[in-house]
Amino acid sequence: MRIGLFATCLGDTLFPDAVRATALLVARLGHEIVFPPDQTCCGQMHVNTGYQREPVPLVRNFAEQFGDASIDAVVMPSGSCVGCVRHQHPLVADRYGDAALRSGVAAVRDKTYELSEFLVDVLDATDVGAYFPHRVTYHPTCHSLRMLGVGDKPLRLLRAVEGIDLVELPEADACCGFGGTFAVKNAATSTAMLRDKLDHIASTDAAVCTAGDSSCLMHIGGGLSRIRSGTRTLHLAEILAATRTAPYVPLETTR
Amino acid sequence: MSSTFLGMPAAPPRSPYGAGNLRGERTFPEAAAHELGNDQLRANLHRATRTIRAKRLAVTAELPDWEELRAAGAAVKNEAMGRLPELLEQLEAKVTEAGGTVHWARDAAEANALVTELVAATGSREVIKVKSMATQEIGLNEHLESQGITAHETDLAELIVQLADDRPSHILVPAIHRNREEIRRIFLERIPGVDPGLDSVPAELAAAARAYLREKFMSVPVAVSGANFGIAETGTLSVVESEGNGRMCLTLPRTLITVMGIEKVLPRYADLEVFLQLLPRSSTGERMNPYTTLWTGVTPGDGPQDFHLVLLDNGRTAALADPIGREALNCIRCSACLNVCPVYERVGGHAYGSTYPGPIGAVLTPQLAGTHAAKNDPNASLPYASTLCGACYDACPVKIDIPSLLVELRHQTTERTGRSAERLAMKAAAAVMGRPKLYTTAQRAAAIGRIAAGRDGKISHLPPPLGGWTESRDITAPPRRTFRAWYASQEGRDALAAAAAEHPADTEMPEEER
Ligand code: SF4
Repeated sequence: MRIGLFATCLGDTLFPDAVRATALLVARLGHEIVFPPDQTCCGQMHVNTGYQREPVPLVRNFAEQFGDASIDAVVMPSGSCVGCVRHQHPLVADRYGDAALRSGVAAVRDKTYELSEFLVDVLDATDVGAYFPHRVTYHPTCHSLRMLGVGDKPLRLLRAVEGIDLVELPEADACCGFGGTFAVKNAATSTAMLRDKLDHIASTDAAVCTAGDSSCLMHIGGGLSRIRSGTRTLHLAEILAATRTAPYVPLETTR
Repeated sequence: MSSTFLGMPAAPPRSPYGAGNLRGERTFPEAAAHELGNDQLRANLHRATRTIRAKRLAVTAELPDWEELRAAGAAVKNEAMGRLPELLEQLEAKVTEAGGTVHWARDAAEANALVTELVAATGSREVIKVKSMATQEIGLNEHLESQGITAHETDLAELIVQLADDRPSHILVPAIHRNREEIRRIFLERIPGVDPGLDSVPAELAAAARAYLREKFMSVPVAVSGANFGIAETGTLSVVESEGNGRMCLTLPRTLITVMGIEKVLPRYADLEVFLQLLPRSSTGERMNPYTTLWTGVTPGDGPQDFHLVLLDNGRTAALADPIGREALNCIRCSACLNVCPVYERVGGHAYGSTYPGPIGAVLTPQLAGTHAAKNDPNASLPYASTLCGACYDACPVKIDIPSLLVELRHQTTERTGRSAERLAMKAAAAVMGRPKLYTTAQRAAAIGRIAAGRDGKISHLPPPLGGWTESRDITAPPRRTFRAWYASQEGRDALAAAAAEHPADTEMPEEER
């Protein structure tokens, strides 16, 4: 299949390792990666903060970049960006777009998948040949869990990883407190939620806390770094991309 | 006589500024920061919300048709909101037919004046009250007080709140922020003649409250209640409760005055079948609540002989005119969304500044009272009091999509605010992100953020308005290379080719050997 890769603005700019892992993983599974070079941002931050007129050009650009019928599926390593494409692009297009935008949005929306959905639902793969001999705990981000309803797909993928020591995160489905601009507008509340999440992560003794969204991981990872925790954050894609021949090595050196 | 054409009726009013309890004094972030310092509150909320979540999940999971029930609940409420004027008139006719009197109150001031007049007409200077959110919303107790009438709350938790001169912090468990020792002290100070040796065990506290309340039930001739449901078809009203104190108020006094928000009307008696399953399971996590009282007008020789129904608007018609408000009016006040909300769990109900806290309060309060009634209206901060995690939507028995309503409310708020620093920033961001060339230039500029980082590659202090972030979180310095730069590089191409070569179909016959 020809797979359109959407890096997401956050992934492209701040967390390229997660996007790179997504690309390598999909390539390893035998599919062609297409990266439309003019892609930018889905507009989620705008819509969630209350701005729907401003992101119209972003919605249009997304639909144009991935509208190409030869692209069979659009994959992105972010549950919340998929949520935006699926639920908010149609809303913005309906309200502030034209007929062309509406049909463009509808076409792309139906072939857009979050990474674990793509692997399990489209490729029917749970064992992706990964090797990751570390203690890992998984945080199901809210948008993946509730808006997309990915259920236990990420966990099924993780359980199939060779060598992994997967430990359950207590109160896993509790929100980490990120919420986009919530983390800044309501910093005190966001921090209180983060503290509880960090305590639960600490109780697992995991070396790695993983999730399907770099934004939540940025928040959790920032908190872990501040308290000098021994646990680090890693995107689900980075675990699934690691193999015996190309094992995971912390990439700080490349930074 | 000349007649004047008055034109179309004006847009229905929101609840007027400064009346009732639909607006706090501080914005949500300010109030929340204050509440977060209250460790007792946090501990109580943590314990209580967890217990109730587990109970709710158990009793909703055991019903094979729970999802169908939720769908039915949503459908009936949607129907009721769509036919509201007609249903209310039907309700009025039926109540009147059954010997009751129906009054219409446009806002809090009208409702308060009406109730005061009705109480005054009985000659009593005291009323007993069934726990009611509508009367809390309009500030009825305070108004009666100012008119020399004492209102006694009879719900145990409401009584505690009232005796402590406090405000409720939860729809269903108004005193969730108090512990037993505090309650013991409140009782010792405020209940006349209470045993000075009162212990803080729940049974003793309940007994002290009971002795106090029994005396009120037997002596006060007027009761004021709210209503969970009003049935248009029959004129029947209903109160659902756990303690039986509501039943006392609804049956013992001579006069009963019920204040009901107009959105509480249901078309048919049979609709109760749906809601009497949804409500107790969602609110207290019980299969059925202990007391369900239903009454229709006046029954000669049995129960109150004088019954008044006050139908309260107070911003509801305004809410109904808006798709967001219309959906929010479907709420049956079960409090499930509060109990699962991670924000509510940390800050408690008072931070919302309204009778209606939690996720639904963040929607309903702005809809009933508006968000721009004054400069820096605290209600304008409510739609942002959520991470949009979606737990509320999953829990709601009538399937109100609260996260989507919050996003829509935020949109309304920004549309009304007009120009602001935030809008300019959003515009600028969209302008950059909408133009790929500018975007890549900006990405390069972001990489300059590396110089803000310490030797360990962490940024631990940001200037405002982003300073809130670095109070508790570091930021990793931007990487040297973006994904797109890697993808376009020779290294990227080689890595992708190598990964593709690992696919079984290819490894059988690697390129080089072909
Ligand atoms: S919004 Fe739904 S969950 Fe929240 S109180 Fe109302 S009915 Fe219950």
